[in-house]
Amino acid sequence: MVLRNFPAIAFALCLIVLGAGSARADAYTDALARFAADSYSETEAAIEGVAASGHPLAAEVVSALQAGRLLVRAADRAVFIRDPAGGLKDARTGEATTANAADLKAVRLNNRVRRAADAAMGQLTLRAPDPRRRIEAAAAVFKSRDAGALAAIESAIAAEQDPGVLRAFREARASIALAKPDASAADQVAAVEVLRAKGDRDALALLRQIPPSAPDEVRGLAQLAASSIESRLALLQRAQDVAYGVSLGSVLLLAAIGLAITFGVMGVINMAHGEMVMLGAYTTFMVQEVIRTRFPELFGASLFIALPLAFLVAGAVGVLIEHSVIRFLYGRPLETLLATWGISLILQQAVRSIFGAQNREVGTPAWMSGSVDLWGLTLTWNRIVIVLFATAVFVALLVALKHTSLGLQIRAVTQNRRMAGAMGIRTDWVDAMTFGLGSGVAGIAGVALSQIDNVSPNLGQGYIIDSFLVVVFGGVGNLWGTLVGAMSIGIANKLLEPVAGAVLGKILLLVAVILFIQKRPRGLFALKGRFVEA
Amino acid sequence: MQTTTTPSLLYLDAVSVVFDGFRALNNLSLAIDQHEMRAIIGPNGAGKTTMMDVITGKTRPTSGQASFEGGKYDLTKLDEASIAQLGIGRKFQTPTVFEMHTVEDNLRLALKADRRAVPTLFWRESRAERERVDSLLERIRLKDHRARKAAELSHGQKQWLEIGMLLAQEPKLLLVDEPAAGMTDQETADTADLLREIARTRAVVVVEHDMVFVRDLGVKVTCLHEGSVLAEGPLDQVSANERVIEVYLGR
Amino acid sequence: MISARLLGRTGTIFLAIVLAVAVLVPMSNLLLPVGSPLHVPDYMMPLLGKYLCYALLALSVDLVWGYAGILSLGHGAFFALGGYAMGMYLMRQIGTRGVYANPVLPDFMVFLNWKELPWYWWGFDHFPFAALMVLAAPGLLAFVFGWFAFRSRVTGVYLSIITQAMTFALLLAFFRNDMGFGGNNGLTDFKDILGFPVQAQGTRAALFALSALALAGGFLLCRFIVTSKLGKVLVAIRDAESRTRFIGYRVENYKLFVWTVSAMLAGLAGALYVPQVGIINPSEFAPANSIETVIWVAVGGRGTLAGAALGGVVVNAGKTWFTGMLPELWLFALGALFVLVTLFLPKGILGTFTEWWTGRRRPAVAEIEDEDGVARAIDSRGAPVPAE
Repeated sequence: MVLRNFPAIAFALCLIVLGAGSARADAYTDALARFAADSYSETEAAIEGVAASGHPLAAEVVSALQAGRLLVRAADRAVFIRDPAGGLKDARTGEATTANAADLKAVRLNNRVRRAADAAMGQLTLRAPDPRRRIEAAAAVFKSRDAGALAAIESAIAAEQDPGVLRAFREARASIALAKPDASAADQVAAVEVLRAKGDRDALALLRQIPPSAPDEVRGLAQLAASSIESRLALLQRAQDVAYGVSLGSVLLLAAIGLAITFGVMGVINMAHGEMVMLGAYTTFMVQEVIRTRFPELFGASLFIALPLAFLVAGAVGVLIEHSVIRFLYGRPLETLLATWGISLILQQAVRSIFGAQNREVGTPAWMSGSVDLWGLTLTWNRIVIVLFATAVFVALLVALKHTSLGLQIRAVTQNRRMAGAMGIRTDWVDAMTFGLGSGVAGIAGVALSQIDNVSPNLGQGYIIDSFLVVVFGGVGNLWGTLVGAMSIGIANKLLEPVAGAVLGKILLLVAVILFIQKRPRGLFALKGRFVEA
Repeated sequence: MQTTTTPSLLYLDAVSVVFDGFRALNNLSLAIDQHEMRAIIGPNGAGKTTMMDVITGKTRPTSGQASFEGGKYDLTKLDEASIAQLGIGRKFQTPTVFEMHTVEDNLRLALKADRRAVPTLFWRESRAERERVDSLLERIRLKDHRARKAAELSHGQKQWLEIGMLLAQEPKLLLVDEPAAGMTDQETADTADLLREIARTRAVVVVEHDMVFVRDLGVKVTCLHEGSVLAEGPLDQVSANERVIEVYLGR
Repeated sequence: MISARLLGRTGTIFLAIVLAVAVLVPMSNLLLPVGSPLHVPDYMMPLLGKYLCYALLALSVDLVWGYAGILSLGHGAFFALGGYAMGMYLMRQIGTRGVYANPVLPDFMVFLNWKELPWYWWGFDHFPFAALMVLAAPGLLAFVFGWFAFRSRVTGVYLSIITQAMTFALLLAFFRNDMGFGGNNGLTDFKDILGFPVQAQGTRAALFALSALALAGGFLLCRFIVTSKLGKVLVAIRDAESRTRFIGYRVENYKLFVWTVSAMLAGLAGALYVPQVGIINPSEFAPANSIETVIWVAVGGRGTLAGAALGGVVVNAGKTWFTGMLPELWLFALGALFVLVTLFLPKGILGTFTEWWTGRRRPAVAEIEDEDGVARAIDSRGAPVPAE
C-alpha cells in the first residue's frame, strides 16, 4: 500500500524543502537500483525513493517510467533512459551511452505503479520554475489524492506568488484533505469550500465521494456544494448548447440571408439558392487550388481572396438566371419555384460533371484552427469566425439596404412596386440587381460553409429547406426577422439535440416550424398594412 | 349577449380597428334598417373598406360590437363563409368573378344552396334553380353571354355579373363597393336603377366616390372620416355640413 | 352510367387507351411467343407497371394543383406511405423464408434484436387491413396536415414549402432504424402477394393490369370530382379564394376534402408500385421526388387530368431512356424540362394540343392585358367585344 510509505515520503519532502540535500546522490542511486528488481512493489519503492531524493534527474526518470522508456539491464542492474528519439542515457549520470538493445528490458507498469509515478511526478514538479508545470503538478496531486504530498503542497503554498498556481495548490490540498480520514473537520470544511469554488466535474466527483466516516457537518456541506456545482454544470452545458446553437444559427443565417433578399424583396422563390452557396464553396476551392500550386505563401489569405470572387461568381450567375428565366415568371411564384428547381438540377449536374461527384478538399487557414476556452465553454475558432462573419454580413446588408441608393430603390420596390415604377425607378434593373445581390451573398455564405461542410455538388441541397423555413419563420421581407428566425431555429435545434437526439430533434423542429407557420402564416415579423395582400 | 335588442338589420356599435397603432376605425357606430339603402361616402382612408371588412368577417374589430338581424348574430365571432351564409353579400371594388368559369357557372356557384362539401359534390341542378339562373341572366342582361367565360366579359359586364352573383345568394344585406367605378355614364345610370330595384326587397349599403351616382340613388348618406361618422342624413344636408366640406376640400 | 359529360372527349380517348393497355399488354406478355414483334418482354412488365403508378401519382397531384391551386411538394410522402403499408404486408408474408427464419419478425427486426412486433405492425399480415391502411395512412396524414394548414389559411408558396418540410421530416424519420420500418434499407426481399409469388410472370401481368385499372378508376373519380359543382368550387377557390369565401363557401373544408382524396390516390399508387419494383425505402420521401412529380404534371398539362397521367408516363419513359443511354445528361434534361415547360409550355402537352385543336375550328379570341391588368377580350380584328 502506498499509505505505508507516507512517513518516508513526507520525511524526504521535508528534506527537499529544507534544502538538506547532502545525501541526495546516494539515496538517488540506491533508489534507482530497486527498479531492476522486476517487482511491482520494489518499483513503487524505487519511485518514492527517487522522488524523495530530489535529484535533478528524478523527474526525467519517473516520466520515462510512465512512458515505458525506463530500461534496466538485468546483468548489472544498470538503469537507462531512452529518449523519445531513441537515444540512450545513463539514468545515474544523465550522460549519453550505448548498450546492446537485447540486454535491456523496460520496467513494467501496473496501475498501482502508475499511480505512484503520477503522484511522484506531481510532487517533483510542484516547485518547477514554469507556472504551467506547477499547475500540472498540482493537478496530478489533485488526482492522486496522495496524503504523502500534503507537506510538499503546504510548503509550496507558503512559497507561491502566482495566484493561479496558488489556487491549483489549494485545490490539490483540498482534494487530499477530503480523502484523509484524520484531517480536521475545519480543514475539510475549508476543502469543501475550495472545491465548490472550483466547480467542475472533478470537484463534483470528489464531493460525491466523501467517505461516510466524515463528520456530518462536512458531509452536509459537501452535499450542498455538490448540488450547487451540478446546477452550475447543467447551466454551463446549456450555455455550451446555446453557443453551438448560435454557431448553427449563424450558418443558417448565412445560408438564408440571401434568400431573405430575393424572396423577401422580389417574392421570388429561388430553389437554386442552395446552388449559389455551392458555387461560392467551389470558388473557394478553385482559389485554394491556384494558391497551392502558384503562391503557397498566400494560403492564409485564401478566404479573403475567395470572398469577393465568390460574390461575383454567384452574383453573376444570379443575374443571368434572373435575366434568362425568372424575369418572365414574375407574379407566378409557383412556376418560378419549378423553373428555379430545374436550374438547381442543371447547376448541380454541371458542377458534378466538371469537378466530379466526390467531396473536394478545402483547407482551413492556420488562424482559423484550434479552439479557446471561455468560462468553461469550448469554442472552436472556425465557428467563432463564422459567427463574426455572419454578423458582419448581416450588418453590411442592413447598412447597404438603408444607406445606399440601390438599397433605397430596393426598399421602394418591396413596398410598392407599381408606385416605385411610376416614380421612375427602373424596377427591372432593380430586380436584376437585387437578385444578383441575394445570389452574391449566398456565394459569400458558400465561402464560409466550405470551412465546416463537405464541398460537394449536393452542398446546397442540404440548406435549401432550412433556409426557406428560416425566412418564412422570421417573416418575409425583413432582415431582422431572418436573424431572429435563424438564431431561434439554430438554438432550438441544439437544445433539442441532447434531449431528443439529432434526427428526432430535427424532426421535432420541423414539425414545430410547420405548426408555427400555421399559426402565423406570415412569420414572426410580418409586413403589415394595405399592400401585403397585393 | 346583447341586452337591448335593436330593430336594425345591421348594427355596429363603437367599433374600432387598430393596425399597428393606426386606427382604421375609431368608435364607429352605424345602424342599417331592413330594406334600407344607404350610401357611404368619405375621402380615401376614411375607413370605408375596413368597415366592410369588419361586417363581412375579414377583419376582427379591436373593440366594439357588430351584430346582425337585431342582435341575433354576433358578426365578430363568425368567419366570412358563415356571414355570407347568414345573408350578407359583398361586391368588391374591382370586379372579382370566377374568370375561368362561364357566366352561367358563376351564377350557379353563387346560387343559394347547401354550402357543405359533400352535398356540393353530389349536387344536381333542379328545374327551379335553372329558372332562377335564367331570370338572373335576364336581369343582369347577360343572357346572350351565358356560355362565355367570365374572363371574356367587359369591365362593366363583370360588374353586373358580380351583382348578379350577389342576388343569386339572396342576401338580406348587400355591401357594394364603388359599383360605378370604370363605367360609362349609361352603365352608371343603369347600375343605379338596378340597385334601387334591389333595395326594394333587401338592405343595400353602397360605398361610392362618385357624387353624381350618389345623388342618382337619392338615399340617406353617411360620411366617414378618419374611421368615424362625420355626418349623416340626406345628401344635401350632408354636403352642406361645414366639417364635411372641410374634409373634402382639405382646409 | 358513365355519361359523356363526365368524361369529355379527351377523357373518353384516355380511358379507352388505359383500358386497352390493361388488357392488351398483359395478354401480349403472356400469350404471344417471345420472338413476336408485338410481344412485351418480361423485364418490361414491372417497368411499364411502374409508369402507370407514376401516372396515378401525377393524377393525384393534378387534382390538387390543377383544380384547387395547391402546389404540393410533398405528395411523394403519401405515395411512400401507401408503399410502406403495402411493403409491411409483403414483409409479413415472407414468414419463415427470411434469413433468420423468424415466423413473426421481419429480418431487420431480428437483426436489431427486437423481441416482438411493434404495435403499428399488428394486423398487416391480413391483406384487407393492409389495403385499408394503404388509403388510411396517407389519408390520415393529409387530413391532419391539411386541417391545420387550410384552417390557418396557409396558401401559395408557403404551403408548398411546408409540404416539402413535411416530406423531409418523414424522410429523416424513416431513415431511423428504431422507427421500425427497416431504416435505410427499407422493406424488400418480398416473396408472395395474396399467395402468388411476386416475381412470377402471371403475378406481374396481374399487377400491371391492376395498376391500369387503378389508373382508370382514379381518373374516373377525379373526373367525377372536377365535373361536379364541388369541382367548380375548387376552380373558383384556385382563381379567387376570398371571393369564394364571401359567397359562403368554407374554403378550408373543400381544400381538405380534395387534399385528402388526392393523398389517398397517391397512397394507392405507392401500394401498387411497391410489389412491382420489389422495394420501398426512405428515399421515396426525398423532397426531390415530390418536385419531380410536379413537373410530370406540368409537362402533361396542369388541370387536364389525362395530361398529367400522360406526363407521368412520358417523363419517366424519357428518364429510363436517358439514364440508360446518357446517364450524365439526365439531370440536365430534367432541369431543362422544368425551365422550358414553365417558360414556353405553361399549359403542357395536352393543354396546348387541346387549345390548338379547338382554336383550329373557332375564330381566335385572344386575350390582352390592359393597363389595370384586367384581361379584356378582343376579337381577331382587334376591336373590343361590345358590351351591351
